[in-house]
Amino acid sequence: MSLKFRLASRNLFHDRLRLVATIVGIVFSIVLVTVQMGLYVGFGRIVTTMIDHAPADLWVMPLGTKCFEDPSLLDDRQRFRTLAVNGVAEAAPLVVGYAQWRLPSGTTTPVFIVGSELRGLGLRPWDLVAGRLDDLSIPGAVAIDQSYFDRLGIGGTGANAEIRDQKVQVMAVTRGIRSFTTTPYAFTGLDRARAYTGISPNKASYLLVRVSPDSDVDSVRRQLQANLSDVEVLTTTEFRNRSRSFWLFGTGAGAALFAGALLGIIVGTVIVAQTLYSSTKDHLDEFATLRAIGSSGAYIYKVIIWQAVLSAIIGFGGAAGISAIVVKMTAESALPIVVTPGLTLGLFLLTVVMCVASAIAAILQVMRIDPALVFTR
Amino acid sequence: MTEAVLDAVDVVKFLGHGAGEVQALKGVSLSLKGGELVLLMGPSGSGKTTLLSILGCLMTPTRGIVRIRGRSIAGADPEDLAKLRRDHIGFIFQSYHLFPTLTAEDNVRLALDVRGQRSRRAAKTAREALAVVGLSHKTKAFPLQLSGGEQQRVAIARAIVGNTSAILADEPTGALDAQNGQAIMKLLAQIAKDQSRGVLVVTHDPRILPFANRIVHIEDGRIVSEESGGEAKRAWKS
Repeated sequence: MSLKFRLASRNLFHDRLRLVATIVGIVFSIVLVTVQMGLYVGFGRIVTTMIDHAPADLWVMPLGTKCFEDPSLLDDRQRFRTLAVNGVAEAAPLVVGYAQWRLPSGTTTPVFIVGSELRGLGLRPWDLVAGRLDDLSIPGAVAIDQSYFDRLGIGGTGANAEIRDQKVQVMAVTRGIRSFTTTPYAFTGLDRARAYTGISPNKASYLLVRVSPDSDVDSVRRQLQANLSDVEVLTTTEFRNRSRSFWLFGTGAGAALFAGALLGIIVGTVIVAQTLYSSTKDHLDEFATLRAIGSSGAYIYKVIIWQAVLSAIIGFGGAAGISAIVVKMTAESALPIVVTPGLTLGLFLLTVVMCVASAIAAILQVMRIDPALVFTR
Repeated sequence: MTEAVLDAVDVVKFLGHGAGEVQALKGVSLSLKGGELVLLMGPSGSGKTTLLSILGCLMTPTRGIVRIRGRSIAGADPEDLAKLRRDHIGFIFQSYHLFPTLTAEDNVRLALDVRGQRSRRAAKTAREALAVVGLSHKTKAFPLQLSGGEQQRVAIARAIVGNTSAILADEPTGALDAQNGQAIMKLLAQIAKDQSRGVLVVTHDPRILPFANRIVHIEDGRIVSEESGGEAKRAWKS
């Protein structure tokens, strides 16, 4: 084991109370950053769930559409023009919109209707835990996520309610299709969706476009954009980014999450800097001795940086454990905290950088050290 | 005796600033040769420690010349001075300045580590240095598990392990009882003689006069007298 490392670890573990304070500071800071960044990732994912599950190459949407949940209307002529473009294999209408779900008791709650063709290209419910997709072809059939049973006053398949004064029956149940807006999704066929949202039979919110395998998506997209007026044609990735950007930055949610993360970093840096500084101050005689016996400045800086890195590793370990529990606890919530391997690695690097940056104050102090101090103490 | 390992020529040192400025050294010249043990004696505030710091490259003089093995240290920056200390000077301090969290062996190995010697051989060299000072049985002991005399022996092992040509000791017996003090001085005298190193000891302790080849007296920032070890020993006995 390197003597620098040994000296750093002994300095660190020598004062247990200060070590605990340092580690608590790092853990608090990194858990806060993890939660904020995990919410950011989770939010970024959940706001595009519908887009991610629609098997489209291109989306045709009214000009100025900000996100999936903010649709205007397209009419059938645009669908026909879309189908007329070379390279378009399929163009399927998708209807989305808010509606009121009326319970048998008479109380109402909003739902978000998602309606598409039940065969061919469309956005249909996934992860069914009860019922079948074919059951949605029955008039008035809807698919609901099991997490919203209480909200919607239902107990499973066969439950009845009303949407826009029309009887609906839950014929399929999904698991894990949750909305970040907390408004439950209700999947149904295209015609029923139009009826529930009050949209004319010749209108749709989006056109999902599948490009023929032998055609280039970009080139088809350009042609569509040229042939259609007052619409935008986006790839799935572009629409996903636009939706994510709107919800994360257009609403300020992302900024709030980043601000929280930044606060965590600042708190962590200050705590680690303060404890490292006081640890260095306590070991000033030892550093002066090192300097007196001929150590270079870099040697001493490395000892301090090792202290910082060790603190980071221990602190990150603790933070990772707590964060794993938090992630598990929120996994089934409307806004799960998602920690990806990339985020984990990023957080670890952030912890190390934060702790090493915190060592600067201590290093500055050591830079001013007078080796002749050894004769006066 | 061999060539001078440390040389101070007409060294002047001012300490402090403004109204608090004092002239600690007022034109001091002193040389330390390999193989000799020199005692630097004088009352408190006479400039002993300042001179030791300057000779040890822990400070630079305001005026005058300091040479290490004939090479002037003028213009050296703090890193250059650290390198000069690494290459040429070993230190022994009154309060030992051992690292409490490291074993005796690691304390000695530290002096090799700062010199970039990090192989297994460094550990062996450290143990050998501890054997020279009679502590081969305490290599794994921590400073707090050692007596004052043993701690000072570890400090001596740390000072000699780098094979430096000069060893500067500040009151090495100051914190020890008479018996341990004598043992430490005997060890230092032996190191000077057997390893041809120049050993400069700052002390107040007249009991260690018999170990010196030369005694230099400093007062009020000036060297006031210099005598051989033999003369001093006779004078002390009488």
